[in-house]
Amino acid sequence: MSETINGDGVAVAANGVGKTFDTRSGEVQALTGVDLRVAAGEFVSLIGPSGCGKSTLMRLLADLDSPSEGTIEVFGKTPAQARRDQDYGIAFQQAGLLPWRTVAANIGLPLELHGTDRAARAARVAELAELVGLSDFADRYPDQLSGGMQQRVAIARSLAEQPRLLLMDEPFGALDEMTRERMQAELSRIVGESGAAVVFVTHSIPEAVFLSDRVVVMSPRPGRITGVVDIGIGRDVPRDESLRETTAFFAKVTEVREALHGTPVTASGREGR
Amino acid sequence: MSVVDGVRSPRRDRTLRLVAPVAVGLLGLAVWQLLVGVVGVSAYLLPSPSEIAAEWTANAGPIAEAAWITGVNAVLGLLVGSAVGVALAAVAARLRWIDQMLAPVVAGLAVVPIVALAPVLNSMFGADSEIGRRTIAAIASFVPVFLNTLRGLRQTTPLHRDLMRSYAATGSQTLRTLTLPTAAPYVLTGLRVASSLAVISALVAEYFGGPRGGLGAFISTSAATSAYARAWAYVGASIVLGLGLYLVTVALERLVTRLLTGGAR
Ligand SMILES: Nc1ncnc2c1ncn2[C@@H]1O[C@H](COP(=O)(O)OP(=O)(O)O)[C@@H](O)[C@H]1O
Ligand SMILES: [Mg+2]
Repeated sequence: MSETINGDGVAVAANGVGKTFDTRSGEVQALTGVDLRVAAGEFVSLIGPSGCGKSTLMRLLADLDSPSEGTIEVFGKTPAQARRDQDYGIAFQQAGLLPWRTVAANIGLPLELHGTDRAARAARVAELAELVGLSDFADRYPDQLSGGMQQRVAIARSLAEQPRLLLMDEPFGALDEMTRERMQAELSRIVGESGAAVVFVTHSIPEAVFLSDRVVVMSPRPGRITGVVDIGIGRDVPRDESLRETTAFFAKVTEVREALHGTPVTASGREGR
Repeated sequence: MSVVDGVRSPRRDRTLRLVAPVAVGLLGLAVWQLLVGVVGVSAYLLPSPSEIAAEWTANAGPIAEAAWITGVNAVLGLLVGSAVGVALAAVAARLRWIDQMLAPVVAGLAVVPIVALAPVLNSMFGADSEIGRRTIAAIASFVPVFLNTLRGLRQTTPLHRDLMRSYAATGSQTLRTLTLPTAAPYVLTGLRVASSLAVISALVAEYFGGPRGGLGAFISTSAATSAYARAWAYVGASIVLGLGLYLVTVALERLVTRLLTGGAR
């Protein structure tokens, strides 16, 4: 059944997902009653204050952890199967590069692990390095790169096997504002070209609005989804600096903020922005 | 990195690194010779470098032979001790209870003084056996290799482990691409420390019985017969032996680092 319903159209389907951690100081309910659907090719951001379970939800989707209740399907399969089939690529707040490997060898790591032959790997790595603008740095080591460059390597690595789903946990969280905005534009272009669905965790409202088709707003204690904002800025609208100046953009930023705070933001508050 | 240091060329750096210690050494020898020759420190307190050098040339054959005997003991001890150290660390890194079982044993071994163990082992293996000394060198080498390797095997970060899991990497793939490269520098540090300890303990063990013939035995006989310059010549040979083994481990460290980084660095 799930094949016909979820086979192609749905990247992620979470139903009534909850996650409880057993800690020394008792049980921590990190997530409860999470229902989420991400269509193939859709860009969905998860936003919310620290501790609302964004990372936990992403780890569940990636099968880095398993839910305490509810079910998750990734392209109609269990997350474990999707992980084994390499249906998703993943990137975290820390780039997590292997310091003894060059940029090229880091980007090619998943390909290497999955037995892609040397020639095909070199070609794909060159393509990816080009895509993230690091062709000239392919032979460098991670400690010779800036934080933004390292993060681009990590993103290239997550794209290595052309996954249909990208899971990204605050990938730009450690970057300065300028680098961050440039990376957002780049990511938008890259994702547009690849056609992958994206689940993108962020703290930043403008970032979520800029990138997403939909923004899922979460709330802590216990972590749950409290609202969903359709951004409605079409994929055909170029994600560039001018978009950040439009009234439509500001209106969506305000809408997400209101959803996040649970109350309408006052007129003065709006101007203060 | 090399782009940054425009001021100091790498070649000049290397020359300086070689010349500086040699210069310091020569200066030290000159001061020493001066102290003995001019100031007149008595020869059994401190023989002059020239006397020691003369003894060295006169006894070049026996010195080389003695260094070989001690060296073989040290190297065999180092190899066995390190192999056991790495193997047990690998097991302890996997199985918590093994680790907990080994921890007190290793802590105990780490504080066993060679002087205490040497006479016991020497008489245990018999007066004409080198096994006791090799065992002592092995025990001395085992401790730093075990501790460093265990530490190294635990240095993989949760982030890297998550990544490997997300790639559905097999156990052996994770071992090869993540765990071993992470641990390698730690293992090599352990080896480097162990190399010096192996020489020292193989040598000191000779003071306490067992067959004669090694550097330690000659040092004690020479000193006992007031042949101080000769004793110092053997001490010099011990230093050369220790340094030699140390340099081998340093070279090994370099080699492994180069292999790890694909030789491109
Ligand atoms: N491995 C874990 N063990 C115990 N508690 C955890 C663990 N991971 C997350 N938590 C808890 O779950 C809650 C949600 O965490 P997280 O998903 O990291 O939030 P976010 O990413 O939104 O900041 C927090 O209260 C956190 O302390
Ligand atoms: Mg988080």
